[in-house]
Amino acid sequence: MGTKSVQEGQEIVGRGVREGARLFREWFDGMTGVAEAGGTAAYVFVMGSLAEVLRVFDYPMVFPEIHALQTAVRRASHEYLNEAEDHGYSPDICGYVKADLAIQMRGGDHPMGRIPPPGLAVLTNACNTYIKWAEAWERMYRIPVFTLDVPGTRRAEAVTAPGDPDFENDRRYVAGQIDELIALCEQRTGRAFDLDRLREVLRHTNEMSRAWRRVLELNASRPGVFNAITDGTVYLGVANAFRGTPEGAQFFTDLVEEMEYKAANGLGVVEEEKHRLVFVGVPCYPIFRRFNELFTEWGGVFVTSTYLWFASGGADLGFEYDLERPLESLAEGVLISVRHAMDSMFYQDRALVDSVAQYGIDGVVYHPIKSCRTTSAGMADNRRAFMQAVDVPSLFIESDMMDKRVVSEAQMKNRIDAFFEGLNARRLQRAAV
Amino acid sequence: MTTPNLDFDRLEGRSLQEILSDCTELFEDTSFPTLKAWREQGGKILGHFQVYFPEEVAHAAGMLPFKVRGAPVEADQAESRFGSYLCSILKTSLELALSGEVQLDLFVSHPICDAARNLAAVWGRNADYPCDILYLPQNANSRHAAGYLRDEYARMLRLIETIVGRRVSDEDLRRSIGVFNENRSLLRQLYAIKREQPWKVALDEAYVLMAIGGLVPREQHNRLLQTVLPLIEAREARPQDRIRVVFEGGFCEQPPLDLLRTLGQTCYVVDDDLLIGLRWITEDVPLEGDPLALLAHAYLEHSSYSPVQHDLRKPKEKMLLERIQGAQAGAAILTAAKMCEPGLEDQVAYAQALEEAGLPYFVSEFEEKMTSFDQLQIQLETFTENILFA
Repeated sequence: MGTKSVQEGQEIVGRGVREGARLFREWFDGMTGVAEAGGTAAYVFVMGSLAEVLRVFDYPMVFPEIHALQTAVRRASHEYLNEAEDHGYSPDICGYVKADLAIQMRGGDHPMGRIPPPGLAVLTNACNTYIKWAEAWERMYRIPVFTLDVPGTRRAEAVTAPGDPDFENDRRYVAGQIDELIALCEQRTGRAFDLDRLREVLRHTNEMSRAWRRVLELNASRPGVFNAITDGTVYLGVANAFRGTPEGAQFFTDLVEEMEYKAANGLGVVEEEKHRLVFVGVPCYPIFRRFNELFTEWGGVFVTSTYLWFASGGADLGFEYDLERPLESLAEGVLISVRHAMDSMFYQDRALVDSVAQYGIDGVVYHPIKSCRTTSAGMADNRRAFMQAVDVPSLFIESDMMDKRVVSEAQMKNRIDAFFEGLNARRLQRAAV
Repeated sequence: MTTPNLDFDRLEGRSLQEILSDCTELFEDTSFPTLKAWREQGGKILGHFQVYFPEEVAHAAGMLPFKVRGAPVEADQAESRFGSYLCSILKTSLELALSGEVQLDLFVSHPICDAARNLAAVWGRNADYPCDILYLPQNANSRHAAGYLRDEYARMLRLIETIVGRRVSDEDLRRSIGVFNENRSLLRQLYAIKREQPWKVALDEAYVLMAIGGLVPREQHNRLLQTVLPLIEAREARPQDRIRVVFEGGFCEQPPLDLLRTLGQTCYVVDDDLLIGLRWITEDVPLEGDPLALLAHAYLEHSSYSPVQHDLRKPKEKMLLERIQGAQAGAAILTAAKMCEPGLEDQVAYAQALEEAGLPYFVSEFEEKMTSFDQLQIQLETFTENILFA
């Protein structure tokens, strides 16, 4: 990588974010096109999108979590939240759900274009709100809803693996449901399932997963080569919206090249990286850019995050499908990856402990949010377990991913400043010993 | 088992009021004396969080299945294990374990909601006994769900066997299914009285009688119900001019007993979803065949509904309308525990369905620790008067 010319280097650095933004824009434009043509889409979620099956049938896919969070990034979420609350939805339920339902009530109107209505909804149980959310679409549109039930880890100390009878029971269940999903898609589209097309989609997914895992590994470099919150969110968008496509595979292959180049040339994301951080939870989208600045102003860089694990549907594991037995392998991959995504939320303490050595972590930032109990309910206890296991400072700041009414930037800044002052003092004390 | 005030072996000859009073005292005792007595006798306890657990599996192994449903206690220690914006039942349930008030040998929870699915992990990090998740199927419509669930029950049974140190036979399971069939049948009789002669048993009385089942061996609960049901039938009470309502929203966190008393003073609650897990299976489970498969089949095919089970055959609002119709009720009370996401989400659908059906409804939220009901009573009286004098 060090042999690339300066000009080549300039083209490579930042390419992931630029290309990611372009792809994302095109994807939104594509959704608008479907909506304006009177079409529908398959509504799916980031933790187990089943893109592998849906792409075989050429379903346009809508990720409601993504279009919901985009309303917050574009500082419009409050309008949608208010609208849903006026309709009877409680202030105490998921903000993504409310924003999406308000979008539906507005006929798909979204700050980035128009969202087509669902013709089918496919979800997993990785988040229970997915299920309640889909029930709302079922009522609104009378569409088929397919819940692919993925059994998760039963106990932290009892994670099963292929060959284990309990794993095999789970795998049979997931495989059987995938067969049922395929039958539903065949019935809805009038098209026969094409196994060779599935292999092609799986091959693209494999390339993406391999590269995604490598990208995450490369952030162990010093300085870190990408910001797990800001850059990472762009990458996550592509990882979900373009899963199983040649564009997605190419994007991540190129991203590996960029990150390897940056690692080889010592190019970081801030002028001077002083503190390497892990982010736990979902970002604060109502003040997305500012939230990150509160850390980077102190030389803090998020080098990894649980968000990159669970919001990629567990793709960080880098599971690769066996193309010789595509359907069996798909069931195994969905089970292992989605289960891993769930573990990243419920049993994250051990993975965080491991990340300390792998990424050279100086501090952990826990960000529980009002809107999401899946990611937030157990976070305080995870933090207790983490702090008992390793001597690494952590910060616990509550806000929201959608609702600016519970985001207090000034209060947050005070806490973050104090956290960094503590990190700096700790460093000085250690240097003095 | 004999608890301080309630001897299940000496119920005959006692008055209904005495028994109800002792049951209430036992139910409200947050030191859980029946659990302590069971452990003192060398028994083991399986605590299972709301909503449904196949208690037969624990019972067959000789364990006491204890329905973990929170308690009106201060969650001093548990507060630090959870974030904000959470329902109370999670915190107070864990508090019972952290405070040592309730000692278990196995804790089982279910991924019923986003908050509760964190519970097993949190509990497991804070307890020195196994904490497991029973993954009840969320795709009840898959033809693979029953087979999967049968094997999931078998997994749970193997875990239980390691705790009790013995194998559990199919005959053990059948005996337990028989006990629970009888229990469910008795609860159905209790609810039939509520529906048909609600003036004979107050909402809070029926609730306490049912809830005791989650605290004592089910054989004792059966004896209690067998004794009490004829006494209720024989009670001399006259119907009053009250509206008949269905109460919805008690499937997980439980409303305070005083809240139920307040409701009962204002209207006849002729059906409800309080502790619905105890009544989840709606028909007798057959005794012939593979017991675990039969329990799995019953869970999926002969069961009630709740906001935390997804089944395309059971749209919640349709099920509520059926419950209202089945109970010949004229209105509904739609409640949800504070911060209960599934309950709050379904309130919207329920309200819409009731409006379309032209049925009046009353929307409210509660918390297990709430202590003031005056305002609720005024609102309810206004609601019922509007209906009675419309």
